[in-house]
Amino acid sequence: MFRNQYDTDVTTWSPAGRLFQVEYAMEAVKQGSAAVGLRSKTHAVLGAVNKAASDLASHQRKLFRADQHVGVAIAGLTADGRVLSRFLRNECINHSFVYESPLPVSRLVVQLADKAQVCTQRSWKRPFGVGLLVAGLDETGAHLYYNCPSGNYFEYQAFAIGSRSQAAKTFLERRFQEYDTYSREDLIKDALFAIKETLQGEKLTAQLCTVAIVGEGEAFHIIDQQTIQEYIDAMELSTGGPDEEAAAAAPPSAEAQEGGEGASSEPAPMDI
Amino acid sequence: MALRGDWMYENNGGTCVAIAGIDYCVVAADTRLSVGYNILTRDHSKICSLADKVVLASSGFQGDIRALHKNLAARHLLYQHQHNKQMSCPAMGQLLSNTLYYKRFFPYYAFNVLGGLDNEGKGCVFTYDAVGSYERVGYSAQGSGSSLIMPVLDNQLKSPSPLLLPARDAVTPLSETEAVDLVKDVFASATERDIYTGDKLEIVVINASGIKREYLELRKD
Repeated sequence: MFRNQYDTDVTTWSPAGRLFQVEYAMEAVKQGSAAVGLRSKTHAVLGAVNKAASDLASHQRKLFRADQHVGVAIAGLTADGRVLSRFLRNECINHSFVYESPLPVSRLVVQLADKAQVCTQRSWKRPFGVGLLVAGLDETGAHLYYNCPSGNYFEYQAFAIGSRSQAAKTFLERRFQEYDTYSREDLIKDALFAIKETLQGEKLTAQLCTVAIVGEGEAFHIIDQQTIQEYIDAMELSTGGPDEEAAAAAPPSAEAQEGGEGASSEPAPMDI
Repeated sequence: MALRGDWMYENNGGTCVAIAGIDYCVVAADTRLSVGYNILTRDHSKICSLADKVVLASSGFQGDIRALHKNLAARHLLYQHQHNKQMSCPAMGQLLSNTLYYKRFFPYYAFNVLGGLDNEGKGCVFTYDAVGSYERVGYSAQGSGSSLIMPVLDNQLKSPSPLLLPARDAVTPLSETEAVDLVKDVFASATERDIYTGDKLEIVVINASGIKREYLELRKD
């Protein structure tokens, strides 16, 4: 995207009918570290990559609980994300206080989107530089939404945002059709695998990612590192990913035979 | 009863008691809701579990009490979001005081007793007036039967003046069961003479293993 004369103000349209400042804000989301979300009929899972600025620093929080039944994962300007999380928490508390019932997720995302839209139509404001994946459970089931800096929001079965999210999206595109009936464990495994795709070569460990889940009978909470490491270990027992488990089951037995026959032949290199 | 058109309160009666022990706290309240000489219900809880280690019992005007409890519960949720932990009893004690004083010129008609465990795991009781004046004590009673109960608690639980040295703990050396028995006895006595106290007694005990609830039938007349 090149600089041009219509991109100084958010209140300036370009001749092609674009608001460049809003589009630049969406670029900021793409610069943030990746976050993924997926859902079944009864559960929704959020995952995020914990990238620290340097080895000396701790990583920034990307997963926030808004209420018992809703949480968000953010990508982009984490400061904006923190402020919006506080807004989401307040909205949930206010609704519960007045109506004695949890705020439906669809209404929460509309309120969030309206707040984002305001910043696209004021000359003294700038758009929020953060994308939010909102995962929640209400009377109509589990939901996953993506809220843009533009003020748009979309509902998804599965989605990924942030840097190198395309790899995760490609993975999710292949598998999302079955997610409605997935068990909670399978959802978590797929979330971890989607996160792994965004790491592109780096080994996935529980330190590198954070996963949270919300579902029927389960309040929104971040899953502890120990459990995540167990999921990762179970996944890495097979060389590839979940859909290569069936393929991987065949080669190891063939390789074992080869190894026994020819002692000099080296085992096939396992590349993950 | 002569009613002013603008009288915005009502006394729904009831009594609340709390006793602090070495490693537990007992909070109890009757479950009768009255208006004037009528009973509205025999089964209404005045006790609100605010946090892991904090329980609030309030008597007075139920409309204000319900609103006050909701207010504190919402503030506690906010605290948990911001600090990633539950509020301690002393912290909640201060919050309640501030919340009450906030409405100094249109008060919550609520007489509160806050009980729980402090940061060291010792029993902790705070007693309040309607506008937030509070004090940490070893035991307290509030509500319509308080004047009947407080003298008995003083007799059984009062420790020597805190001005004397060596400094003595305000908490009672009684065991948990002894404290619960004492609470049952005082409520049975208050029920005899206070028309607004009776029906059922709800006893909540907070200790290291959590919050436990118990009920005792009281006289229904």
